[in-house]
Amino acid sequence: METLLTILTGILVAVATYLILSRNVQKVVLGTAILSHAAHLLIMTMGKGLKSGSVPILGEGPAYVDPLPQALILTSIVISFAVTALLLVIAYRTFQETGTDNLYEWRDINDE
Amino acid sequence: MNNIIVFPMAIPVLAGIILIFFRNNRHVQRWTSFFVMVVNACIALYLLSLIQREGIMRIDFGGWEPPFGILFVADSFSVILVLTTSIVAAVCFIYAFSSAEKNYEQTYFYSFVNFLVAGVNGSFLTGDLFNLYVCFEVMLLASYVLIAFGGKKNQLKESMKYVIINVVSSWFFLVAIAYLYGTVGTLNMAHLSERIAEAGQTPLLTVISMVFLTVFGLKAGLLLYFWLPRSYSVVPTAIAALFGGLLTKVGIYACVRVFTLFFYHEPEITHALIGIMAGLTLIGGSIGAVAYRDIRLIVTYNVVIAVGFILVGLSAGTLEALEGSIYYLVHDMIVKPLLFLIAGTMIAVTGTAKMNDMSGLIRNYPMLGWMFFVVKLSLAGIPPFSGFIGKVLVGQGAIDAGSYILLALAFISSIFVLYSLLRIFLQCFWGETIISTEDEMPMKKGWVIPCALLTAATIALGLGAESLAPYVKDAAETLINPQNYIDAVLYKD
Amino acid sequence: MRTNNVILRTVTRIVVIIILTLAVYLFLAGHHAPGGGFIGGLVLASAFVLLFIAVDMETVRKAVPIDFKLVAALGAFISVATGFGGVMFGEPFLNQVFGYVELPFFGETELTTVTIFEAGVALAVVGVVVTIILSIAEDV
Repeated sequence: METLLTILTGILVAVATYLILSRNVQKVVLGTAILSHAAHLLIMTMGKGLKSGSVPILGEGPAYVDPLPQALILTSIVISFAVTALLLVIAYRTFQETGTDNLYEWRDINDE
Repeated sequence: MNNIIVFPMAIPVLAGIILIFFRNNRHVQRWTSFFVMVVNACIALYLLSLIQREGIMRIDFGGWEPPFGILFVADSFSVILVLTTSIVAAVCFIYAFSSAEKNYEQTYFYSFVNFLVAGVNGSFLTGDLFNLYVCFEVMLLASYVLIAFGGKKNQLKESMKYVIINVVSSWFFLVAIAYLYGTVGTLNMAHLSERIAEAGQTPLLTVISMVFLTVFGLKAGLLLYFWLPRSYSVVPTAIAALFGGLLTKVGIYACVRVFTLFFYHEPEITHALIGIMAGLTLIGGSIGAVAYRDIRLIVTYNVVIAVGFILVGLSAGTLEALEGSIYYLVHDMIVKPLLFLIAGTMIAVTGTAKMNDMSGLIRNYPMLGWMFFVVKLSLAGIPPFSGFIGKVLVGQGAIDAGSYILLALAFISSIFVLYSLLRIFLQCFWGETIISTEDEMPMKKGWVIPCALLTAATIALGLGAESLAPYVKDAAETLINPQNYIDAVLYKD
Repeated sequence: MRTNNVILRTVTRIVVIIILTLAVYLFLAGHHAPGGGFIGGLVLASAFVLLFIAVDMETVRKAVPIDFKLVAALGAFISVATGFGGVMFGEPFLNQVFGYVELPFFGETELTTVTIFEAGVALAVVGVVVTIILSIAEDV
């Protein structure tokens, strides 16, 4: 399970890197969202939080699983939600102002 | 119960939220925000004296004891920075009163600055690594909004870059936290320090520390400062002053905390690397500072130089060097906003940011000119201003640690700072006066007063370094002896 | 852009009620089971978004004359204020209490101050999500 998730994390990071490096602003925004998902999966894998059928409560034995990774992931999901939303709005505003979503064309923008 | 420790973060958050309801009432917005910062400064002063009496204090949120719950820890280092932050933010508010456009004030400007300060204070006070990430994000989200404030094309473009770079660096932060948690099994800073000291800093942990260094390098502008100058030079003056004074300093604080509290076992790898990065930052910043003729860019490259200088102290790692770093950090948090405010005022009165288009301003605005002169001397480290003591102590520390190259770079960079600012002074303030008395734009009181307050602060910090000394010494001693911190967090009830 | 989407409208009328019920259920279930303020708030917000899609913007605005920015602020205020609740009683910041109370209909029920905090979170999420979607959707 751990191996599988680690590989999945790697694939997500690769996809996100590709998207962030593309010239289309929507793809970049999507890339940042996927990047944060990769980080969440990584926390889950690293935090040994991968036992099905057990409750996230502090304690010993197979019936329990460390609750901390879950708390971390929930917090970081909320944060990435906020950042993605903000990024979308900024991207949209810039698109409105400049009339293009091509990042290469943004390079020449200068209002001074 | 030490609930007071949480107030420097909680009060600005609450004030920021309440101000959303008073969108159209400018006076309520202005004076509430200003009052909050004054209250914060008072709390920080009180905490500082309390810490000298009772040692490092902590507050466990919701009564969950460490290492299980999250907590805030107040030691001298963090509280000194909280105090400086509050003062700087209050002064920037005064500047914003007279410079901010009306539509800014109606689009929640003051709320976001309050959130920014809350994030900064939270980052200084937190005793938990994940909480540090959350506070970083609070601060960054506010700064994302502030950088796009006004919605000019240029600002939007820069804010897009700024946000994406910070998203990526936050991702590195999360990854580093995940690895660290997987390796050590805790995120409480004191507990981490204890466990790493017990098990030894394995090569794996050193690699993880490198990931942390990358993150803080990006946030603080340590070597990875490529995003910084452009994005700081597009924002309105009051916001630029806050950014220059506070944002990179949080990265520096985190770097100092992490590399003195838990990754201090392999200094020949980690601290040497910090030293190399600091040296390169000094070189790059110096080149940038003399290369441009746009005042705002020169000023932002000065921010970069200061980052390098402060981390030279961390790299040396002796008690004196750390004391010097703390002094210089406080000095820089006061002087950089002042520099940004003066530069912004110069741009506001002349309508241009190009050095070549200004001349002889000292005849029109003598106060501004002389304040710029003071800042210049202070940044170059000339006594009796505040930069002096920090530079001397960092220099001593570097000699003790035997890092002569860094020492040379640090002091050569001071000359570059002096040269870059002297060039502005000679070009813009001296020379033939080209603005006639009739065309002169009247200097607003709201522009001069905040500058004068910060100038007074840098002089006071220079002359009164002696009275600050016990606190700085205490702060540096805590950094040198992590056991004090661990005892206070884990073994004191 | 007035298309006559009868099916969507008819379905929406029923589905919105289901979504709202689910949102409240998730919100209340959150204390012991999966759910909670954030999730409940997101589901609640999705109900609003569905309304905005099915019926046109103006009609919903008239029917629900709320400034969602203020809803978000109110939610955040409630959450932070519960943190200060502990301070008032001399307990640590963000402290929570719970107790079992005998209520008329429900029998013995667990009441906790976390629910107030979570209500604030839910309101903040609803406010933020709807604000974001409105600010992007307004000029499409």
